[in-house]
Amino acid sequence: MNRWFAIRRGFLQRLGAIIVKEVLQLRRDRLTFAMMFVMPIVQLLLFGYAIDTDPHRLPTAVIAADQSQITRTVLSALSNTGYMRFTHHPTSEDQANALLQQGEVQFVVTIPSDFTRRLVRGERAQILIDADATDPMAAANPLAAAGPSIAQALKRDFVGPLAGLRDRPDAVEVVVQRRYNPEGKARLNIVPGLLAVILTMTMVMMTALAVTRERERGTMENLLAMPVRPIEVMIGKIVPYIAIGTVQVAVILIVARVLFDVAIQGSVPLLATGTALFITVNLAIGFTISTLTQNQLQAMQASFFMMLPSILLSGFMFPFRGMPLWAQWIGETLPATHFMRVVRGVMLKGAGLDDVAAELAALLAMLLIVSLVAVSRYKVTLD
Amino acid sequence: MSLAIDVHGLVKRYGTRTVVDGFSLALEQGRICGFLGPNGSGKTTTLRMICGLLTPDSGGGTCLGHDLVRDREAIKRLTGYMTQRFGLYEDLTIRENLEFVGRVYGLDRLGERVDQSLERLGLTTRQGQLAGSLSGGWKQRLALAACVLHGPRLLLLDEPTAGVDPKARRAFWDEIHAYAADGITVLVSTHYMDEAERCHEIAYIAYGELMARGTAEDIIRQSGLSALVASGTGADRLASKLRYTPGVTAAAAFGTTLHVCGPDRAALERAVAPWRGDPAIVWRDAEPTLEDIFIHLMGRARDNAPGA
Repeated sequence: MNRWFAIRRGFLQRLGAIIVKEVLQLRRDRLTFAMMFVMPIVQLLLFGYAIDTDPHRLPTAVIAADQSQITRTVLSALSNTGYMRFTHHPTSEDQANALLQQGEVQFVVTIPSDFTRRLVRGERAQILIDADATDPMAAANPLAAAGPSIAQALKRDFVGPLAGLRDRPDAVEVVVQRRYNPEGKARLNIVPGLLAVILTMTMVMMTALAVTRERERGTMENLLAMPVRPIEVMIGKIVPYIAIGTVQVAVILIVARVLFDVAIQGSVPLLATGTALFITVNLAIGFTISTLTQNQLQAMQASFFMMLPSILLSGFMFPFRGMPLWAQWIGETLPATHFMRVVRGVMLKGAGLDDVAAELAALLAMLLIVSLVAVSRYKVTLD
Repeated sequence: MSLAIDVHGLVKRYGTRTVVDGFSLALEQGRICGFLGPNGSGKTTTLRMICGLLTPDSGGGTCLGHDLVRDREAIKRLTGYMTQRFGLYEDLTIRENLEFVGRVYGLDRLGERVDQSLERLGLTTRQGQLAGSLSGGWKQRLALAACVLHGPRLLLLDEPTAGVDPKARRAFWDEIHAYAADGITVLVSTHYMDEAERCHEIAYIAYGELMARGTAEDIIRQSGLSALVASGTGADRLASKLRYTPGVTAAAAFGTTLHVCGPDRAALERAVAPWRGDPAIVWRDAEPTLEDIFIHLMGRARDNAPGA
């Protein structure tokens, strides 16, 4: 019995020694320690408040070719659902289509010029709603709410000679066109988005580790003693990963086509340009992280800190427009957000250069800013 | 003869701690200078300032005729710096490491040079082996080969033989002398006294200050230390008794003999007087060793260091 206790005490003592040592080491690494407490809180607050799977007040364009008391009722009914916010009043169908293509609006509501006349005559009156259905989640509820709320609102207007229409629920027909993704398949939206997420994940992390690894292994001092310039080290470390990123993209696109039946609607060179730009931005961010952190563990954590918002706030998992404005602003600062729009635009909507120029410009600006930070942070000396 | 290193008044501070304080050194071309001093005395920091890895807080000078601060790039091209910790890539092969270094310096006839370097090292047959799999001694020789690949005029070696066995150390020093014969200047830091004696001259640094400078003989002659050696039964046991006696700088047992030294002959005699009459112990005069002198200098530097 005594022996058994002696063995157990020895076990606990040694176990205690290891635990104490681990805690001491953990406490020494201040940045890691801080990140472990700050990160969950920031993420909880950020994502808890930001994410809404049932987005309201989505930007909507209205073409009202017919203006009457009844059309006003119809529009205010749509607006009262809370799902639509009339932001644009294009004068032609082409203009409206462009807005939809660029992602400026989620819906286009068209009221034909003979709407009131047909309604009064008792013929079937139609309202057309064109929806950007690339993200089926964002489009589903607003479309479902449109018909019933219009019918409800019109009951009050159907008085006097129109009273007869009250008992005809099909007096106004809402014709819905789900553009770009008529079957409302989630994977059409997810697969291109995955391109952005996978690239963020691998590119940022790989380069984030690149410089810290040299520092940890003690090869940095040797490298600095040789006549290499910071920009040469940076580009040199990035280029191999550009090649890796390119292969990843090719694999994802082929799998998307073969297994998920997601084809590229738009121009392949445009998609390639956007992708190359996005890969480079991510690598530059990774490089910057590695100049800011002390060891590989910190670099890893910082990469994750970058990755989660890229998944949750970029419009990949949840509708971008469902987020409060402040969260949308945060989302706008993420390269993944802009790339997501480029990929979905080109792959699903067949967007052209004009449609995605703003997003590409944003990525380019990010690349310049991040590269400047990286080069200024990377030191030629050990000071 | 022109100077390979000519620096004066170098100061480096980290926060409130002054690591190097007014360091000056002039070193002629083609000389091997041993850089000695206790741990934490600022040797590595000084070497890093000379090769442009650190910017001095004040002071300056030239390295191979180039300004220490402004011509950092030129100095980097002309010097080879070997770090204390193995600085090559353990996950690259021996040959790949040498090729990498050669490419960074933009060397022509790269394959040929690497072949020659491998041959000189005697690693031709093992060139495909990962550098990480080499023993300590071989790693250091590979690191040396890598830092002379681009034909530097100056070598800065930071404790290159720490933890290396005597045979490998000897091979390493033979190589250093061969490079010096080619006209390369070498500044090498070390803790080994036998290595210090293989240098043309010595610079001794303690607490960031240069304390002694010259050839081994010069330093011994100028030290003004006297030394005694005692042998016989029980002589070695006197070391612990004499070590803290006034007038004694150092007392150390070497096998069965005792070695004592002090700055003042008379005071040293007084210190050993109680044992002078012991018939079992024979006393004789001796030359102070470099080690004696460094221990003496270290003690003096500590007395001068503020707050130490």
